[in-house]
Amino acid sequence: MSAVLKPKSKLIVCDGNEAAAWAVSLANVDMVAVYPITPQSSLVEYLAKFIADGRLGAEIVDVEGEHSVLSVLQGACLAGARTYTASCGPGLAFMFEPYLRTPGMRLPLVMTIVTRDTLTPQSVWGGHQDAMSVREVGWVQMYCESVQEVLDTTIMAYKIAEHHDVMLPVNVCHDGNYLSFGAARCELPDQREVNDFLGEKDVNWHVALDPQRPMAVDPLTGGAGGPGPATFVRYRKGQCSGMQNSLEVITAVHEEWGRRFGRNHAPLVESYRMDGADYAIVTIGSMTGAAKDAVDEARARGDKVGLVKVKTYRPFPAQALVSALAEVKAFGVVDRSVSFGWNCGPLFQDAVTAMYAAPNRIPAMSFIGGLAGADLTVSHFERAIGRTKELARDGHVADTVWLNEKD
Amino acid sequence: MYEIRIHGRGGQGAVLAGGILATALVQEGKYVVAVPSFGFERRGAPVASYLRFDEREIRQMTNIYHPDCVLCIDPTVARAVNVFEGIKDGAVLVQTTAKALGELQLPPQVATVGLCDAVSIALDIFKRSITNTIMLGAFARATGLVSLESLQAAIQKSDFRDAGLKQNMAALERGYESTQVHHIVRAAAA
Repeated sequence: MSAVLKPKSKLIVCDGNEAAAWAVSLANVDMVAVYPITPQSSLVEYLAKFIADGRLGAEIVDVEGEHSVLSVLQGACLAGARTYTASCGPGLAFMFEPYLRTPGMRLPLVMTIVTRDTLTPQSVWGGHQDAMSVREVGWVQMYCESVQEVLDTTIMAYKIAEHHDVMLPVNVCHDGNYLSFGAARCELPDQREVNDFLGEKDVNWHVALDPQRPMAVDPLTGGAGGPGPATFVRYRKGQCSGMQNSLEVITAVHEEWGRRFGRNHAPLVESYRMDGADYAIVTIGSMTGAAKDAVDEARARGDKVGLVKVKTYRPFPAQALVSALAEVKAFGVVDRSVSFGWNCGPLFQDAVTAMYAAPNRIPAMSFIGGLAGADLTVSHFERAIGRTKELARDGHVADTVWLNEKD
Repeated sequence: MYEIRIHGRGGQGAVLAGGILATALVQEGKYVVAVPSFGFERRGAPVASYLRFDEREIRQMTNIYHPDCVLCIDPTVARAVNVFEGIKDGAVLVQTTAKALGELQLPPQVATVGLCDAVSIALDIFKRSITNTIMLGAFARATGLVSLESLQAAIQKSDFRDAGLKQNMAALERGYESTQVHHIVRAAAA
């Protein structure tokens, strides 16, 4: 983070939902379709206000449900518009059919997931379960740590999504409650500098609803025989290439952001105090701030612990994670969601899979906390650090630890 | 790092008070994080909001469990929740009350008390008991941690749903002027 405010930037105090709305406004989005849902609602209200005030010259459509939200935006995207929406939890679930279709059509939509735990039992509060539930359907996913990172990442998301080597939809995830309503000081970049950064929009060069360029959009493919199977494979492989290409693009876009705006956010994974670390904890999202403070306290006591934050979760930055964890003897992963099939957190499952490529097999443990709005504090991370320290010493892997079980 | 916990009831503007204070502190060059508590919020039910500030960047986006200051914008919320839970030694209490210091039961950690009859002021200005901006004035008076001028500038930037800017500016000043500040001197332990 820069200590000195860039000329022409403005310092504001806002929460994560307002920061996302500012980013959408600065990105000169053409079309917004929305359906409000807790804890996303105020984000949509800020956008509606920006549009009503004339700050953002976009069309906003308040549709009858999330299924229509994405359907409207798909059409707009095919017509060449830069598009945005935000959703979460049950809204995201209701959106699922067009949500699946969006990456296959290679539409560079940007959508915020204001993460919320999934039903049931009944809850309206934060947790990553909704975003994690859609991790395997072809959207790029990035998770933010701070209000400033929400603003910066939402702008960067357009440059990533619209890059010709990517052309995929991007989810920018920020934690429901702690980031959606948590306010902090935030630098608002200058409009012209954002315009220069994003450049001309070019969203439907490859697939379009355009009378000048008639084409079959989303044609019937697949089956056995004829050109169907090979066509389907070509589409699927293209999607997979776009995902893998995005790792490099995400890195380049973050570097350019750092050069232009003076704020250097780690693009894939961030290593924090990993020099000389014997063991590490791996985090994702807004929990990372408290975890870093816990690492500082542990280091001050002489414990050789470091932290690795995963920012880009899809595609999974496997090589970056393996490099970051190359020197440690053990690691613990803290998830804000659950993988029901594996009795652990989904980030843990991904981290272990990635570490299969590491030269040495090292023990790892899964920690789950912060579900349905529960707080993850420095003291929770002290426990995770303490347990991972034992793991580094004795190598004895235990079952998943539920950090808020006794809160 | 200085940590403040604001207690109130749904509808009194505890969360907005946190936002205004955050804006004022940022104006004075501080780093601030303000996190509202959440639960089954509804009008009249106890609510809390948390604010921490520092000279350097703050990373924790969490609730506050060991506040340096408790700012209580409702006179009776202390009956419903333990507003003193986890407070640090030497803590500041800024309390809405019509009572005198001697009538309050305070834990030994509290060293400074700011008392303001914000409900009477609110009934006078707003015709109902919205106390948030009055108690921001009380906070400034009792702690000296933020200037009245910065709070005035922050209020000018705020959107008020239930009252006008002029009323809230008057409320802030009345809160500042009418707050009684007491420093509690306790005998040293033997």
